[in-house]
Amino acid sequence: MGRVVLVLRLAVRDVRRRPVEAALLLVAIMAATTTLSLGLVLRQAAGDPYQATRRATAGADVVASVAPLPSGTQARPADVAGLTALTGQKGVVAHSGPYPVARTSAEAHGRTVAVTAEGRDTTSASVDQPKVLHGSWVRPGTVVVEAALADALGVRPGDRITIAGRRFQIGGVAVTAAMLPYPEAFDYGVQPTMAQVKDRGLVWLTQADARRLSAPADLSYVLNLKLADPAAAMQFVDALEPDPSGSPTSGAQSVPLLMLEPWQVTRDNASILARNAQRVLVAGGSLLGLLAVASVAVLVGGRMADQTRRVGLLKAVGGTPGLVAAVLLAEHVGVAVLAAAGGLALGWLVAPIVAEPTAGLIGSAGTPPLTMATVGLVTAVAVAVAVVATLVPAVRAARTSTVVALADAARPPRRTAWLITLSARMPAPLLLALRLAGRRPRRLVLAVMSLAVAVTGLVAALALKAQLSTSNFASTAGLNHARTERLGDVLLLISVMLIALAAVNTIVITWATVLDARHASALARALGVTPQQVTAALSAAQLLPALVGALLGIPAGLALVAAVDPDSTVDPPLWQLLAVVPVTGLVVAGLTAVPALLGARRPPAPVLQAEHA
Amino acid sequence: MADAPVVCARELRRDYGKGEGLVRAVDGVDLEVAAGETVAVMGPSGCGKSTLLHLLGGLDRPSAGEVWLAGRRIDTVGEKAVARLRRGAVGFVFQAFHLMDELTAVENVELSALLAGRSPRAARRRALDLLEQVGLADRAGFLPTALSGGQRQRVAIARALSNEPVVVLADEPTGNLDTAATLDVLRLFESLHEAGQTLVIVTHDSRIAATADRLITMRDGRFVDETRLTGGTTGRSLGALAGLEG
Ligand SMILES: Nc1ncnc2c1ncn2[C@@H]1O[C@H](COP(=O)(O)OP(=O)(O)OP(=O)(O)O)[C@@H](O)[C@H]1O
Ligand SMILES: [Mg+2]
Repeated sequence: MGRVVLVLRLAVRDVRRRPVEAALLLVAIMAATTTLSLGLVLRQAAGDPYQATRRATAGADVVASVAPLPSGTQARPADVAGLTALTGQKGVVAHSGPYPVARTSAEAHGRTVAVTAEGRDTTSASVDQPKVLHGSWVRPGTVVVEAALADALGVRPGDRITIAGRRFQIGGVAVTAAMLPYPEAFDYGVQPTMAQVKDRGLVWLTQADARRLSAPADLSYVLNLKLADPAAAMQFVDALEPDPSGSPTSGAQSVPLLMLEPWQVTRDNASILARNAQRVLVAGGSLLGLLAVASVAVLVGGRMADQTRRVGLLKAVGGTPGLVAAVLLAEHVGVAVLAAAGGLALGWLVAPIVAEPTAGLIGSAGTPPLTMATVGLVTAVAVAVAVVATLVPAVRAARTSTVVALADAARPPRRTAWLITLSARMPAPLLLALRLAGRRPRRLVLAVMSLAVAVTGLVAALALKAQLSTSNFASTAGLNHARTERLGDVLLLISVMLIALAAVNTIVITWATVLDARHASALARALGVTPQQVTAALSAAQLLPALVGALLGIPAGLALVAAVDPDSTVDPPLWQLLAVVPVTGLVVAGLTAVPALLGARRPPAPVLQAEHA
Repeated sequence: MADAPVVCARELRRDYGKGEGLVRAVDGVDLEVAAGETVAVMGPSGCGKSTLLHLLGGLDRPSAGEVWLAGRRIDTVGEKAVARLRRGAVGFVFQAFHLMDELTAVENVELSALLAGRSPRAARRRALDLLEQVGLADRAGFLPTALSGGQRQRVAIARALSNEPVVVLADEPTGNLDTAATLDVLRLFESLHEAGQTLVIVTHDSRIAATADRLITMRDGRFVDETRLTGGTTGRSLGALAGLEG
């Protein structure tokens, strides 16, 4: 009982005594957990969008459709009876449809695109029920727009859209696994290879509304089939289409225009489309994860440096190593749990912003922003941080002699005399900077790493941006303007997050250095070094690793792009690459100046005295 | 037999560094401190006084020799056991006070009691008693930064006493204090002595040394002189001395 009180009291008091540090600790773990949850959301969104959509929409195993024979002497309406007969085929366990489909065009916000307009029931279908992301499912007079098309047109539920000259209200936005997202939607009943209509999208409305969009003779029909063995969809289709190479028009007399699309084919086409976006998301998510780890490592190091004397004191009055560990743990676990909660809340707020464009981009059913797995992982990581931050000093505490630990703070920085002699002649800031950087080699490595990762991401984003803007790339990848813009948005978001996290890292590292150098700089100031010189020294100590990190990040970023997209040929303009280094330096100098100045401004006497108390 | 020494060291040695840089901070010391005895250790700076005290209290491990505390050998047991022993049997007073900055005076005093698993209420009552005893009842809620050096040291002494230790080890307890504060601490040690508390005090202050039963002078890690002072509890101390020779 007494011990519990003591452990809690020491934890709370330490936090209260150094609120800035506690706040920084909180912010850094929170930034890491937020980033981690966003990274996870991104990776999940990119993971297997087609499968996710297929699950969420009770996706069909085979989509069968018939189209009417076009104009001419042999013109005749679509063979609905023949299509319906497929439901009796062996292996079919469920179906929906046939639904009427009008091939027409839609116009919204001044843009016109070809659309496949599918008539559906207002009730939900057992096979291929498109998943509504926003708004609601079709009602008389309303239209549901496929997500990528809605993105491209810039429409939302409530907006107006004109289809085949009739005005409708948009009731919802949805995704389906039955067809590729805009602009790759195909014409039902027409082999996609034969009638490649670029810039085609999909909308749903009620059957009655769909029938009104074209003459009855011009309607196509679609039937969604569920098979007993989904894996055998290909064989099912092959059995019905003994001669897939035969041109449908050649046998026009006997063969109605029937098209059968097994889900595997749609999946393969969809993943080719989503590949580029996926690669960006996976690479971005991984970089964010790396940065999160780096900031956590910086923190752990910073806290450790501070605890030695406390540990010595507790041991001197009879605290066992286990108890000392408990004291350190209580504090860190408290902060970590708080930070995890904050990080998850922030992630929950920001995740839709991240997931939204990806849904439009890769046509996924929209990832649930935060799954239980994400919550669990983020919390586990935060607590793991606390445990690591505790175990290392605790193990060290058990090892170091109490006497050494007690002497820790009182011990002046080594070779002070050497420092003083030299600083009389050399520029003091540079000298102090070198010494500060040299004192904590591991932190130096982390600072370099953190900035290298951020610059890697930035350079990769610049390179991809350069590629996206090349018309050559856009056309070969089948990307139209809207998709390019979407990908750009996601890139921008990832870059912003990378930079934000790197900024937090830089501030944390600087603050840790300020605390570390408290005694040294107080001493230096007592000997006549100005606060400005100390500030300059602290900034310089961060600048050196920043520049190294930037220089490492440039080739790493280009290498990342090459690895992610081996066909890439375009590099970002040279001036952009060259600008990265000085810009990084300026930003880091700016970021470090504030904490450094705050640290250097403190009057030296209390610092020197406090070390004695 | 009934009066086994509270603290006992045999052939105690502590080396720092090796080769050319080898320092024998404590070099073959034998010592017995009887219950209720006050021993003062004096000597020039760097002669090994602090090192000796750390070894006696289990804060540091000897390079050779044995240390016995309250009848138990402590140089061979594990870190956890030493911690327990320190908690129950030893009270430390440091020149630099070493109070926890984030805890108030009374919280610092009850620290070791809480570490020992006492109930918070009992620990608080005892801590307030001890603060009263050192004359700081009115400063119980102050943080160390709001106390003078002498007051801080008295808080540290109260903390050292909180678990009724068999021995209090004090390392230059007045080294950071002025004359008035030194007198306060001196009086406190005198009253502890009278109350039968076993004390080992390292000091440069001859007034403190004068209150001891025995004065040991160290040089280069060795005992070079032992003086029995008047007014000591001679019978027991002589017995201890005899044991040392035998
Ligand atoms: N950690 C250490 N490493 C190396 N040598 C040490 C260490 N600690 C102490 N010494 C050496 O051991 C010797 C004894 O040190 P100790 O601190 O015990 O002296 P002291 O008698 O307490 O001196 P003072 O009166 O100045 O406090 C000194 O020569 C010192 O240099
Ligand atoms: Mg000493």
